[in-house]
Amino acid sequence: MENFGFTLLKERHIDFDANDRSIAGYISDHEPSFRLCIECGCCSATCTTGNFTPFSLRELLILLKRGENDKVREEIRKCMLCGKCTLVCPRGVNTRNVVMLAREAFRKQMNYAV
Amino acid sequence: MEGRIVIVGAGTAGMEAAGQLARSGFLVTLIEKETTTGGHVKNWYHLFPDRRDSSEVISYLDARINHENITLLTGKTVDRIENNHGSFLVSTNDGSDIKADAIVLSTGFDLFRSERKEEYGYGIYDNVITSADLEKMFRKGEIKKHNEETPEKIGIVHCVGSRDEKVGNLYCSKLCCVTAVKQAMEIKEYISNAKVFCFYMDMRMGGAHYEELYRESQEKYGINYIRGKVSEVSENINNKLVIKVEDTLAGRPLKMELDMLVLMAGMEMSDGAENIAESAGLTIGENHFFSPVDNHFGSNKGNMEGIFYAGTCTAPMNITETISHARSSVLEVIGYMNKDVR
Repeated sequence: MENFGFTLLKERHIDFDANDRSIAGYISDHEPSFRLCIECGCCSATCTTGNFTPFSLRELLILLKRGENDKVREEIRKCMLCGKCTLVCPRGVNTRNVVMLAREAFRKQMNYAV
Repeated sequence: MEGRIVIVGAGTAGMEAAGQLARSGFLVTLIEKETTTGGHVKNWYHLFPDRRDSSEVISYLDARINHENITLLTGKTVDRIENNHGSFLVSTNDGSDIKADAIVLSTGFDLFRSERKEEYGYGIYDNVITSADLEKMFRKGEIKKHNEETPEKIGIVHCVGSRDEKVGNLYCSKLCCVTAVKQAMEIKEYISNAKVFCFYMDMRMGGAHYEELYRESQEKYGINYIRGKVSEVSENINNKLVIKVEDTLAGRPLKMELDMLVLMAGMEMSDGAENIAESAGLTIGENHFFSPVDNHFGSNKGNMEGIFYAGTCTAPMNITETISHARSSVLEVIGYMNKDVR
């Protein structure tokens, strides 16, 4: 068997073990429906922001779960909290509250206002 | 063997169970609310995965119930089931009471009423149809838009009424994915230049030969699969349907114009069965279907001695599974009658 190796360029991969996933933990604790996302994209399809700018709430949620906080911090400001995503979610995720809690967690835990 | 068995519902499960029980020597009364037997199968044209004509299944089932021990009552619904120490009294809507030593409920399912998913526009836009409507078109031999034109760009929406908290159904109806694949291929057979797009959340191809059918649909029919749940449907000035969906694998919102949209309606507990459950005190699960006493060893047994379940009144099932489940219900009935615990 050829050895294809496990070497990854640091910039390319999600370092799951090293990433700080405490923001996601904070959200799950306060809004357990956060765990129910199945990445269907209904939220992003109906998202006002996503229709005008490169923004995907579905992607934001998965980045939060992976602890890709730098990317989340850039993106999460774009949400205008209109709540349409919450209305269409087939899993009943309170997406609007997830965004609010993420902002709260960044402020409380990382002293970083978003 | 002796004994009177009442079977409620003469679809696939009820007819199979009736045939088996009659051949085992029991006197069977088979009650059906419609004027004809056969349940949902007769409304379907070809069946997955082998594209068998559904009329073959109907012929098989008709032969099953052609037995002197079976009394068929059509056009009657069951209002109430009374249990007097293991002797049942089944009351129908025409005021008659039928005595029974055991009851098999094979009440089946209702298709999800797609109007309830209002954002998809069924009943609002002419060219939004359901999987059941499409089968009627197949049977008729032509697929036409409301204005009699032939559609060229057709979308298929998976999970309509299933896996959706907004309509109160958390479960997967299990058969809509493969139905979508089968129907997509059939559309291409009727309209060779058609472009067909399936919008899915997950492709659940768990049954025998399903995955092969999915592969064939890509390889030989060029069916397109886009991963994303459609959030909204609208109609533009050219009478084309416009859908909103995120192409989740590309990570961007996708907008598409379509000539026709087919909604894969899921399966729900039938209305009539809900009434029976309430009147007889039978347990209903979170999925609103009858909840058998044990998922592994008692999937045919109701929470009341002498009441048995067969088929899709307990969960979504395909025809193969329904027939197997009906047969196992017969074994349970025979075991119960032999024990004479009544």
